[in-house]
Amino acid sequence: MAALVLAEHNNLALDEATAKTVSAAAQISTPVHVLVAGSRCKNAAEQASMLVFVEKVLLCDDPVYANFLAEPMAELLLSRAGDYDAILAPATANGKNILPRVAAKLDVPQISEILAVESPSVFRRPIYAGNAIQTIEAKGFKKVITVRVAAFPAVAQNGNGAIEAIAAAANPGLSRFVGENLTRSERPELTGAKIVISGGRGLQSKENFALIDRIADRLGAAVGASRAAVDAGFVPNDQQVGQTGKIVAPELYIAVGISGAIQHLAGMKDSKIIVAINKDEGAPIFGVADYGLVADLFEALPEFERALDQK
Amino acid sequence: MKVLVPVKRVIDFNVAVRVKADRTGVDLANVKMSINPFDEIAVEEAVRLKEKGKATEVVAVSIGPQGATETLRTALAMGADRAILVKHEGELEPLTVAKILRGVCTEEQPGLVILGKQAIDDDCNQTGQMLAALLGWPQGTFAAKVEMEDGTVAVTREVDGGLQTVSLTLPAIVTTDLRLNEPRYASLPNIMKARKKPILEKTVADFGIDPTPRLKVLEVREPEKRRAGAKVASAAELVAKLRERSVI
Repeated sequence: MAALVLAEHNNLALDEATAKTVSAAAQISTPVHVLVAGSRCKNAAEQASMLVFVEKVLLCDDPVYANFLAEPMAELLLSRAGDYDAILAPATANGKNILPRVAAKLDVPQISEILAVESPSVFRRPIYAGNAIQTIEAKGFKKVITVRVAAFPAVAQNGNGAIEAIAAAANPGLSRFVGENLTRSERPELTGAKIVISGGRGLQSKENFALIDRIADRLGAAVGASRAAVDAGFVPNDQQVGQTGKIVAPELYIAVGISGAIQHLAGMKDSKIIVAINKDEGAPIFGVADYGLVADLFEALPEFERALDQK
Repeated sequence: MKVLVPVKRVIDFNVAVRVKADRTGVDLANVKMSINPFDEIAVEEAVRLKEKGKATEVVAVSIGPQGATETLRTALAMGADRAILVKHEGELEPLTVAKILRGVCTEEQPGLVILGKQAIDDDCNQTGQMLAALLGWPQGTFAAKVEMEDGTVAVTREVDGGLQTVSLTLPAIVTTDLRLNEPRYASLPNIMKARKKPILEKTVADFGIDPTPRLKVLEVREPEKRRAGAKVASAAELVAKLRERSVI
């Protein structure tokens, strides 16, 4: 049959999580169709149509989907579910919110946060915050899957899929969007960034995060933080990297003043190259770091910045 | 309004998990078990609603082995009024748990169900959303703030990039995120009192549900270990190494 991918977007542009989910979907069932539901989201649908493997984009442009509320979004997915043997979404806040609702209505188990597709019905996924990896088989029913996007490459954008406008499904009318408070940043999104630099409790204050920001600006990096730094109020909670925050796997991860609690390691240990800067030589972060610098971060960061400026 | 709080007994979050040598799962023998941390936040939120006069009764429910009684006693010591244990040995998938909880909701008729957003053992993050779907109720997942209003509940949710607030028609489902509250420590008198609070025992069969898992676990193994690399002497050397690797 075919796979349906629920697109992640902000109505203006497609999020890279979609291209990564398409690459997982293509290993499970082809052709791949992408559902772009939102309000004035035609641009996102056009971007989705360019993803390789995508045969068709279903575009549902209706104000009811503007804020991606789970109740109407799940009904829309259910109205199309019959045409597919696999339904996938990235394991983003939206995907995690919406997809279990779809699985329950279809009376099938959901497979959460897959890391790898071993065969079209066998998947690997993390349990216990990534301290164990489970291989599971799903046979004999429709597959409903969320995808850990950091574990899959994005598909290329030289495809040529069709766009089909579809009608909205019935809105259950149980929920209403009230408002949102989103952090605006010029920097790349944490989960999609090629370089991430994170600060921990060692930064000691909100103001000191400027040391991290300056390096992030030079590297075009996203800024992350440990749970300790978030709980201490140094940075907003959506910057938390770890088991209970964002899971990242960039080309380069720089951990500054982060000891490396299991909870943090779970969120970044799949990064290609890990750098740790910490004054405590015994910090567990050094156990996973490719390059370790034992130093006082208040001296090391300005020195790092100067070295970056010298070409 | 009655608040129902489902709680799960899991390996304590401080325990380092060990994968069994035969790769069939994680070693649970002689390991400290505790209430799932997200569920503890759910109990706290429910008890606070009662203390503010927004809820009249807090009922904790757990589905699991006899040992889950301890988990329920934790909830009772924090301030839940009574508890229900649905006895079951062995693994249950979130959809099965959601079906059992639907049965509990049919009997108890709560106005609000508050659950942890995920259990820290299987990390599924499904049960609350599935229960909402089965009941046809709205859901406020990953809650950072819960405010009861007349006939509705306003839930501020942790989403990618910040916070989103939704208003849900009651009855509704809320799942908790880490920063919703800081759970209290139960006082000794409350722990003593909790021993006298009633726990009603039921079985999965009472709800007419087949508990057989539909996903087959083929193997559980340890993740690939990363090895520590080299130490560098200075930030300048670090930049040089990273340039050699062409990542900056």
